[in-house]
Amino acid sequence: MKTLLADERILMKHGAGGRAMRRLIEEVLTIGLDGHGGPHGLAAMDDGAALRVGDRWLVLTTDSHVVHPIFFPGGDIGRLAVSGTVNDLAMMGATEVLGLTCAVVIEEGFARADLVRVQESLRATAAEAGAPIVTGDTKVMGRGELDGLIVNTTGVAFTDHLVTDAGLQAGDVLLTSGTIGDHGFAVMTARHGFALEGPLVSDVAPLNGLIREVLRIGGRDVVAMKDPTRGGLATTLHEMAAKAAVTIVLDERAVPVTDEARAVSELLGIDPLNVANEGKAIIGVRPWAADAVLAALRAHPRGRRAAVIGRAVEGRPSVVLDTGVGRRLLVEPEGEPLPRIC
Amino acid sequence: MRVNPLAFRDPARASALASALDRVTRAVGREPVSVMHVCGSHEQAIARFGLRAVFPQGLDVIMGPGCPVCVTDVPEVDEAIALTRQGAHIATYGDMLRVPGSSRSLADAQAEGGHVHVVYSIRQALDLARSIDAEVVFFATGFETTAVTTAAVVLGEMPKNFSILSAHKYIPPVMEIVAEMPDTRIEGFLAAGHAAAITGWGLFEAFVERHGIPVVIAGFEPLDVLAGLVRLVELVRDREAVVANTFPRCVTKEGNQRAQEQLWRVFRPIGGRWRGIAHVPNGNLRLRDEWSHVDARRRFRIDLTELCDAATPGLAQQCICGDIMAGIASPTDCPLYGRDCVPDSPVGACMVSSEGTCRIWQQYGGGRPDLSGIGATCGVPR
Repeated sequence: MKTLLADERILMKHGAGGRAMRRLIEEVLTIGLDGHGGPHGLAAMDDGAALRVGDRWLVLTTDSHVVHPIFFPGGDIGRLAVSGTVNDLAMMGATEVLGLTCAVVIEEGFARADLVRVQESLRATAAEAGAPIVTGDTKVMGRGELDGLIVNTTGVAFTDHLVTDAGLQAGDVLLTSGTIGDHGFAVMTARHGFALEGPLVSDVAPLNGLIREVLRIGGRDVVAMKDPTRGGLATTLHEMAAKAAVTIVLDERAVPVTDEARAVSELLGIDPLNVANEGKAIIGVRPWAADAVLAALRAHPRGRRAAVIGRAVEGRPSVVLDTGVGRRLLVEPEGEPLPRIC
Repeated sequence: MRVNPLAFRDPARASALASALDRVTRAVGREPVSVMHVCGSHEQAIARFGLRAVFPQGLDVIMGPGCPVCVTDVPEVDEAIALTRQGAHIATYGDMLRVPGSSRSLADAQAEGGHVHVVYSIRQALDLARSIDAEVVFFATGFETTAVTTAAVVLGEMPKNFSILSAHKYIPPVMEIVAEMPDTRIEGFLAAGHAAAITGWGLFEAFVERHGIPVVIAGFEPLDVLAGLVRLVELVRDREAVVANTFPRCVTKEGNQRAQEQLWRVFRPIGGRWRGIAHVPNGNLRLRDEWSHVDARRRFRIDLTELCDAATPGLAQQCICGDIMAGIASPTDCPLYGRDCVPDSPVGACMVSSEGTCRIWQQYGGGRPDLSGIGATCGVPR
């Protein structure tokens, strides 16, 4: 009875990027659709799909973006929408974007000036990423039927070297391209109007330039990539561990977190590992390539604070967190991170 | 004085304290040594920093009834849900959304169209009340640490459409209950540093005298927890029933007297049920008569009939959270554990909050995951 009540409706946790969302997708949204698209289609649940075209892969991905507030420190929904799709392509090894589509759904009453700002941001970010916006769609819905603005982008790109989430094996080294938690904490801070000292800004940015460098230096030794967006680094590592059937050991003290993000994290009792990033990549490489890829990351403006954060070892699919003072299993977040009470 | 909090996470000192804890536990000469902490924040620190992996095998650190989310009782959640159905906006802390009432949680009420707002402090609930015309009820949960913030607001200026549904609880009385449970194995208590910062450590002297069990006040950084446990096991070893304060950088004997004065001006202690545990005399904090105009229980006629009709009493009655929180049963002893009671749809107190025992067992695959094998192969290159 009780379970039925909880399962009858879609709750916020079903969109939070964690276990609940994955189950909803598997139990409802992909039913009857698997088996299409080959080994890198829907069933792989990767950042996008990869379709064989001749001897290359055509990578295809789509993403709908909602964020509250629409303008936040360090970015806005326009920059988010382009970066999100460009990054999903890049994480599969496809850094040269052929084209993006952009569909907007606008709430009645939305300020025209704000829409102009969002469009400028879309255009500027697309230019930054070298990703032309080639077609689009516009809808307006009644007041209260959505929260301001929804932006959907779809992107396509070719690659010769397809990188999936599943490529890790024991011994591989995991790197982050930079600090963790900035986007999530910046948005939470803006949403709740905390007045904090120091800059806390979202990291939202297109990463295809950075990943191009990583692949140029690391080549086939780059075996897994994922951007730790909703659900944060914890969810990303869980997916990587599950798909590759390895244990990942994460060295918490090696994970770079800005002082500002750390302060908000402690204040709210929300772990930076569970918070969204919009301009970071988690990269798995063969051990002998780790130093070179780390150097390549740090040489790029978007990778200055890159670090080695962990390693894949033999074991059941799980993530072990080494805190420096102890160790534990890292739990995959279930829904939106909620602040604890005391 | 500015204290660098990271100093209390120093791996070398933590390792030294873990060794000391191992030595002193062995010196007790029997197993297991069972101590209890009575604060969710302690469990949070232990779980977050993975401290159970370094606790000695012979030491049982039991999670007590110290999770205010867990012990909020079914009727209290029902009251909040009923208020949403009567059109009020409920503002509360994020943890409370998933706590089950008789038939549903506030998260369910929200999905059904009720107005439920997550706030980080009561001040945000006040801001909400100032920004809308509707009635805003702050569903106030938490122990004395949180209750003082509610008290401070009640003593200030409040908008007319603002009221409080108090489910605040007071920790000292429940320690008496646990200490008096017939099957209790508890040999010492680790008390919460932040609560003691308000009440003062002197408050525990009478308790120690009555029950002959030592109490150690400890902070929440990993070194605080380890140092507190070392002191506590030393006291167990020496059969010394005293109060020891290992958190002197925040806690004094008298505590924060201004906060105490405000707390008791606004609240009075009454007996009430703590979910899964027992009726706790003086364990609930209710608004005094003087504040009845902001007391949601007096301001509204809260109609619970419909919610009670939908209740499923069978499951909740099989829940053994009380025994688990008293340290006399394990989650796996419960017939509901992992079947009818899971993190997604919890039945009992301990599965509700991320600080509850059953929830932690569900997530960590048992009481103390064996990670020793993995340690040998873990060398992260720098």
